[in-house]
Order: sequence, then structure tokens, then C-alpha cells
Amino acid sequence: MATDLEQARQSIGGLSVESVTETGEGRRDMVVNMGPQHPSTHGVLRVVLDLQGENIVGTDVQIGYLHRGIEKLSEARTYTQVIPLTDRTDYTAAMTGNQGLCVAVERLMELEVPPRGRYIRTMIAELQRLASHLIWLGTHAMDIGAATVFLYCFRERERILDFFEAFSGARLTYSYYRVGGVAGDAPPGILQQIYEFTNYFVDRLAENEELLTGNDIWLARTQGVGIISAEEAVAIGLTGPSLRGSGLAYDIRKAEPYEAYADMDFEIPVFPDGDVFARYRVRIEEMKQSVRIIRQCIEHMPDGPVNVQDSRVTPPKREVAMTHMESMINHFMWNIHSFPTPKGEVYSAIESPKGELGYYIVSDGSNKPYRLRIRPPSFCNLQALPLLVRGQMIADVVACIGSIDIVLGEVDR
Amino acid sequence: MGLDPDALLDRLQAHFPEAILQRAVARGEATALVRTGDLVAVATYCRDEGELRFDHLSDIAAVDWPRRPERFDVVYHLYSIPANHRLRLKVHAADGQPVPTVTAVWPAANWLEREVYDLMGVEFAGHPDLRRIMMWDDYPYFPLRKEFPTEGEPDEPADYHVSFPPGTERV
Repeated sequence: MATDLEQARQSIGGLSVESVTETGEGRRDMVVNMGPQHPSTHGVLRVVLDLQGENIVGTDVQIGYLHRGIEKLSEARTYTQVIPLTDRTDYTAAMTGNQGLCVAVERLMELEVPPRGRYIRTMIAELQRLASHLIWLGTHAMDIGAATVFLYCFRERERILDFFEAFSGARLTYSYYRVGGVAGDAPPGILQQIYEFTNYFVDRLAENEELLTGNDIWLARTQGVGIISAEEAVAIGLTGPSLRGSGLAYDIRKAEPYEAYADMDFEIPVFPDGDVFARYRVRIEEMKQSVRIIRQCIEHMPDGPVNVQDSRVTPPKREVAMTHMESMINHFMWNIHSFPTPKGEVYSAIESPKGELGYYIVSDGSNKPYRLRIRPPSFCNLQALPLLVRGQMIADVVACIGSIDIVLGEVDR
Repeated sequence: MGLDPDALLDRLQAHFPEAILQRAVARGEATALVRTGDLVAVATYCRDEGELRFDHLSDIAAVDWPRRPERFDVVYHLYSIPANHRLRLKVHAADGQPVPTVTAVWPAANWLEREVYDLMGVEFAGHPDLRRIMMWDDYPYFPLRKEFPTEGEPDEPADYHVSFPPGTERV
């Protein structure tokens, strides 16, 4: 084991004992295991740090503690049964996990979700982005020592979870999206409540920003820390807000619009500095844009069905299923066997709160995916951690981990 | 959107008449099957060529087709941020046949290839750090292969052509 780690360190640019020069350059004073139980690692992440005094000279990131084999499990489940598994990848943004899968299967089957379904899904995805960014802001701030923000953020997030509970019945693992639409229409009156919430939320967000953006301690801990240039960020595979914090305006909602994003008027916040503070600013501004999208969805919410009217993927209505024999059989078959998909393969990416969430599905024509691959943004973003912390102090590792907003459920799957 | 899928493949085929074994366009997605030995050349061309500019490696996945002699598909999903188009490259690999690494072309491939190696058992020749990433170091199976059961006990590890580091016990 020891030799493995030694080799690993060398391969990631860490220094071995042999490389110490006479003047003491390249000396390694201590190896620190951060995690897997460290609170700032947001789950079970182990970072092996080579230290020279308090400076980091080598990093090895060890993951896999939360690996549940979701890709393997998916191969033994119908597409509908995979939806609950996607909840458990990024559990702070379960809705976008569902959405990624459903968008991919719809693309595979060439289905078009009706406008109301698309608008509800867009609105829910943006609410989810708010909830996810609130967890990020709260925990990130707490890691750096601002505990008040954490409590405020969770208070706001609680409101969003109440909405999600009204939509789906669950508060964490929603399984609300369906192939071709959503599980059910919006409950009466909820759109009005969400609209009122956005007004409340904008005020509260300003309050949180006041606590941090001009705060000297916050600036000292985040400005100039964990810098990554745009070229490096693209090369290492950073996506989402972490990439936009390096000055590149790449957002899948704009580049390859899905759902109802083509109808929406919003901007992509970009900050060029590439440090922890820039990534913080991007997410804060992104929340304001999400509020804009949510309001537009509610203002222009179309009428009509929320599910595609296609008997392949949508089960018959209950009244019909209970009165017509064929529909009864159809209903029964749908629930037992779900639906087959055409042979082929598809890669579909959406902009999750963490970055590019891709689903690659290979179908052999049956009702279960032959291979389902999830391209997890957290996994790819975490790969940049050694680049972010090079030459930094050990306390900055905490800020850097927070700034790329990882969820270990998604890293490990 | 940037170049349309057919134009992308035309460009690629014109430059690599030999190395592109098959091409396909389905659901607006371009797929090129690349001869395994030419992967790095094709990948470098895709990244650097003026109109293609695939600067972002989205994903690497492997698909297992146990009945085929070259049982693995290794699938690369490329995206170009400046030109906004996507391309899928595929190579075939037999069990135990290494695939050249693309870590020199896109550093992002490092962990992605490690994951493919860990879960599917495809080796990448020239990879700087080919260790298991999800499973522990002496884990004897490749769980995403089709013969690995979703539930219950797997077969004896001997069936999986895994070489054990000296001194490690079978799990």
C-alpha cells in the first residue's frame, strides 16, 4: 500500500523523499489524511496531502467510498425503475438527476414533451438549482467559518423542499420526472406560492450576499485562492459554474437548449478570475438568473397535458383503464414491463447545478438499458482539485473543495 | 450549432481515410469507429484542427459485448466549446488488449480512463496512473462486465483474467 501511494504521488507531481535537494527543497515534512470523515469533504472523500510545513506539495484524491454500482444496477431495471436510482446520484439535486435520464430516453425514443410539461420541468429544475446552490453556499461558508449563512440557507431551502413535497410527495429523492413528462400536474395554487417565494428569496439572497461579498475575512479566504485558468479548466474537464468562474461562458442551457430554455430570457454569469471568489460570484449570480427563469415559466405557463400523449410511454388514465378492457391490459403491461426503446445509442447532456450531467444510453431494443453511463459533473470537477490546491496552504483545501461544489454520491455513484 | 454531423465525419474521413473504419449518424449524433492504433492521432487532430476544435472531452465510457471477439467498445464523447458541436469516437478492444491513452490529448481523460479500467477491465497503454479508482486496490473483479452478476456471488476470479499483485489474498 505504502509503495502504491508513493508511486501515485510521483505520478501526480508530488515529491518523493529521494527528490529532496541539499538545501531542503522538495522536502516532505508530513503526509496528512484529510478524510474520509472530515466534515469539510462533504461526504466521504479522502485527500492525501503531502505537506512541506503548511504548504501542499502533492495531492492524491481517493474516492469510491460511496460506490453503489448504479450503472450496473440500471442494466437490470426498466427505464422507469432507473429514475429512483438517479435520485441517489446527486442527492442534493435529485430533480436534475431525474431530468438528465428522462431527457436522454426521450431523445432515444424521439419524443416531444408537451409545452406545459416542459415548462413545469424547467421551473422545477431551476428551483432545484436554487436548492442545490443554497446547500453549496451554506456549507461552503460554514467550512470557511461563516456559520450564520448556513442556517439562513437551510431556512430558504426548506421552503423549496416544501414545494417539491407538494409536487412529488418526497423531500429528498423525488423521482418526479417521467419519460415523456412528469409524474403529475402542479397542485392547485402552488405556482402562485412559488412566485411569491421568488420575491422573498431575492431579498434573502441579498442578505446572504451582504454577509459575505464585502466581508473582509471572506475575501481574504477566497480571493486569489485556488486559481485555475480557462485553458487548464477546459483541459481537465471542469464544467458548470466552476468553469464559468474561469471566464468561459459555456452553459448547456444556452449552447444546446433543452426543455423550455430556448423560450427563456436569461444570462450566463461569467467571472474571469478563476479563483474561489469568482466561482462564488458565479453561483450567486446564477441564482438570480434562476429566479428570472422561474418567474418566466410561471408567467407563461401553457395549458394542456403534462405528459406526451403516446401510449408507448404514458399509461392510460385511470378512468379509462378501469372501464375499457384494452386499456386495462395496456395499464397492466405498462406497469409490469414498462416500455421498450428502439435500438441505438444516445448521449444527452444537461446543465445540472454542478455542471455537465450526461447520460449515455445504449439500447438493444428491450425495456432495459443495455448500458447506461452517467457522466457525473462532480467526478470530473473533483479531478481538478490537485490543480486548484497546488502551492496553497492546507486551510485553503477546504475552500477549494467547497468551491467546486461536489457531491460524493455523484462522484462515486 | 457548429458543423453538422455529416460534415464533421466527412472532414475526419478525408484526413484519415484508413483509420476511420465506420461512420454513422443517428438522432443528430455523429459516430466514428476508429482503428484502435490510430486513436491518439485522430484525437489530436480532432482537438487541434481549426474547424473541429474539440477542446472538451465530455466522457469516456466502455460497453461490453461479450459475444464479440473484440468485446469492448470504448466510447469517447467530444464537445467543442468554441464551435458547439459534438462527436462520438469509438474504438474496439479485445479482452486484455490495451487501448492507447488520450491523457496527453485531454488531461481530463485521466480519471475517466481509470474508471473504465476499474469497472470494465480495459487497460490503457501509457496511462500515467492506472490504478483502480472506485473499488479497492486488490479487488479481483471488473463489475461492469456482463458476466458479473447484479446480485449474488460472482464466479471465481480466475475467469476474469486478473493478475494478482504478489502477496495479496483473494477476496
